Amino acid sequence: MNAPINPSRRHSYFEATARNRVAAVLDAGSFTEFLPPEASQPSPHLAVLDIPGAFDDGVIVGSAALGGQPVLVIAQEGQFMGGAVGEIHGAKIVGLLRRAMAEKPAAVILMVDSGGVRLHEANAGLIAISEIMRAVLDTRAAGVPVLALVGGSCGAFGGMGIVSRLCSAIVMSEEGRLALSGPEVIETVAGVEEFDSKDRALVWRVTGGKQRYLTGDCAELVEDDAAAFRQGAIDVLAGWTEPAPSSATLRAEQDRLTSRRQRFAGMRDGLEVWAALGVPDPRQIPIMDRDSLVALRKGLPA
Amino acid sequence: MTLHDILDALFPAGHAVEVSDQLVAGTAQTATGTVAVLGTTGPAAIGHDIALGLAGRILDIVDRHPGRPIVFLVDTKGQALSRAEELLCLNGSLAHLARCVDLARRQGHVSLALVTGEAVSGGFLSFGLMADKTYALADAQVRVMDLKAMARVTKIAHERLVELAGSSPTFAPGAENYQRMGAIEAIWPAPSASLLEAALANQAAAGPATDGRMASGRARDGRRLAADVVAAVLAA
Amino acid sequence: MENLEFRFNAQPARPAAGAALCGVVGSGNLEILIRPGDEADACTVSVKTSARGFGKIWEAVIADFASRHPVGGTRIAINDMGATPAVVTLRLGQALGDYTGGAQ
Repeated sequence: MNAPINPSRRHSYFEATARNRVAAVLDAGSFTEFLPPEASQPSPHLAVLDIPGAFDDGVIVGSAALGGQPVLVIAQEGQFMGGAVGEIHGAKIVGLLRRAMAEKPAAVILMVDSGGVRLHEANAGLIAISEIMRAVLDTRAAGVPVLALVGGSCGAFGGMGIVSRLCSAIVMSEEGRLALSGPEVIETVAGVEEFDSKDRALVWRVTGGKQRYLTGDCAELVEDDAAAFRQGAIDVLAGWTEPAPSSATLRAEQDRLTSRRQRFAGMRDGLEVWAALGVPDPRQIPIMDRDSLVALRKGLPA
Repeated sequence: MTLHDILDALFPAGHAVEVSDQLVAGTAQTATGTVAVLGTTGPAAIGHDIALGLAGRILDIVDRHPGRPIVFLVDTKGQALSRAEELLCLNGSLAHLARCVDLARRQGHVSLALVTGEAVSGGFLSFGLMADKTYALADAQVRVMDLKAMARVTKIAHERLVELAGSSPTFAPGAENYQRMGAIEAIWPAPSASLLEAALANQAAAGPATDGRMASGRARDGRRLAADVVAAVLAA
Repeated sequence: MENLEFRFNAQPARPAAGAALCGVVGSGNLEILIRPGDEADACTVSVKTSARGFGKIWEAVIADFASRHPVGGTRIAINDMGATPAVVTLRLGQALGDYTGGAQ
């Protein structure tokens, strides 16, 4: 994890396509796709709306190896319809998770890049996300960790934001965003004073990887580099034991979320949260590199 | 119909349910014993406080009343829309609530959700759609987005969406569409103790609930693709 | 959306893979899927494009490609979100390269 990454050899995860991410994050040559494009049909729901579909419906599923361990893989394509979940897209994810319950790979790697429900298939998408939510929890209950990687251009929003937080852990880059409603939606409904979606620095201070890392909503913060995501995933999974669902675990999470809610009550900007966490100069956070931020978090008062 | 009217109709043998800041919580009597009642009214926008309030009460039920059935009453206009809510990862609190509903199922609590008013997006996902089975009253409004807003966002003519909505349950609002697609088990003409008790008894008899919504959606000819796609992924 | 169908005579391709996919159906981009076709010395192309009224340009761009590359014996399917002719030609070359293992 701490090996320095040569910036000139960096392969941006944010800008990569889902297929390139799959190739770069998993062991070279290990990926086998289920329902490859040549065996698939684009969504008929898009066709009736006169919109060209994609053969894979914006998500790739298959098997691979990660650090020599067998894994099942899901990778959403943010460049197609914002990575949004429609009927086929959602069913591919559900199918992969159900396969994981039976096959018991070392892990499921879920590369999220999605705005949530595909509005053109709104009901099918919402129901599919509910099915994905239950399937993620079933997979984890079967002892298989589900690891979310969040660092794509569409982030993890809407139902896929919920799904990401149902996973065993999240590996995230600073460029990744993780939230429920997108800033544009909040701005449209509640006004630009509530959330200026064009203020990119603000959007990242509210939904970005550094904020999520400092408040414990993602397990690992990595550089925007496919190799860093790969190493982050390997590190999180090393020695990971999926805990059985229990009231004690969820009570601990309930206490954490409740006390956090009280501690940061009324705050509207990451800068306020970071000051409350004891960061000496919160304005430095957005310009800090990943390693410095990780070191800073380790030094914060408990 | 007010929440009180609905509770009276569902639980003629008595209920002790309180509403505080749109969060509904309490107990009620049925022919087979005491059930927990949890949910929202308003319709409520689900933020951290409601999500954590519901989640905490579910954990209390799991810890103190093993096996007690849970009836969720759903009336939500979706997630709370604010920067402060998102700053603290609102999706995380909704995920936590969903995990609590899921835990109750794993610990042997039968659960059922009844949409009494609105059921929208994230608010619906976090608990209504997590129950073993979801039902809706006839005048319930279930949606992701209304068609006018959908037309604006997708840049597809409103008239075209209205026309297509007549032949496809895939995108247009309406409890019937969700029923055809398998997510809503049945639509009740009115809140009814006998329908509720029958639904709870069916589930108790069926044993631990698995997610049968995709199969229902296919059997009802509302979701024709998903089940085959899942089967193909399993067989690949 | 417009559906376009073309057929061009071309030198036979020597496939190295069963199928090849290139590109993404995103704004200004397209995906191209090449599979084995029925006639060894012809290529059939089916295009679904979000932009209407560009049939003549599609025909010219693909005809030019088919005249300069061995794409016979293939069936090409394209899903397009408004790619420029330059991007179309670029992706056709990439997809054919993948399909023939670079030995075009």
